[in-house]
Amino acid sequence: MLDPDLIGRTFNGANATTVTQESINNFAAVVGESNLTVAPPTFSISITLEQSQKLLQDSGLDWTRVVHGEQKFEIKRPIVAGDELTCSSTIESYRVAAGNEIVSVRSDLHSNDELVVSTWSTLVVRA
Amino acid sequence: MSFVTGQELAPKTYKINRALLKQYADASGDQNPIHQDEAFAKSVGLPDVIAHGMLTMALAGKYLSDLNGSQSVLEFSAKFIKPVVVPANKDVELIISAKVGEIADGIAKIEITAVCEDVKVLGVAKGAIRI
Repeated sequence: MLDPDLIGRTFNGANATTVTQESINNFAAVVGESNLTVAPPTFSISITLEQSQKLLQDSGLDWTRVVHGEQKFEIKRPIVAGDELTCSSTIESYRVAAGNEIVSVRSDLHSNDELVVSTWSTLVVRA
Repeated sequence: MSFVTGQELAPKTYKINRALLKQYADASGDQNPIHQDEAFAKSVGLPDVIAHGMLTMALAGKYLSDLNGSQSVLEFSAKFIKPVVVPANKDVELIISAKVGEIADGIAKIEITAVCEDVKVLGVAKGAIRI
């Protein structure tokens, strides 16, 4: 169970992630994208999911029973190689339905003060 | 490419196999064994290895990118409603199609359909692209 005091709180990732051209190339190769000048639209999940996982594990969720329910991206500008992105994550909602725990986490990726991408992940911890 | 509300966009087929799951795991950092290890997947009640929901979404993201370039994608959302089961030594076909929704201020809403083995795998999948 999640500590209810954590809902609505924002957690800042400890380190900035430097986006490398190689990481963009590897992600693009999976989907057959030949434009390597910007990251593919869902690339940011490779940064945000790890941070959400750490946050939720530290908060007491059983990550081994987590399935991904929903995902949303709002892309202010495409991520490019050289971006140094910091991730802040907020547990926006938490509820229990039929024994399943349903958690929504918003993660914002900033480059200095510029908001680059916002993501929302709904994760379900199966009963 | 020009876009008109109500326009049906041609379907595209994407092949998903075990090698692609490994490639996606390495590219995304999501090494959950349910996407690579058949014995593990079955031990947690799945019929077989399943694709990362985010791989399905990444492929639908490629479909969106192909409409007017990766840099034109402003919003993208989906629910993961059914798993894509990926047996060993098989290419599973994911078929993505879409319809143009509302167009306003140079932005087109795109309603996406993702089907695998005649089953919809993404729910209310929507994008917004600058046109």
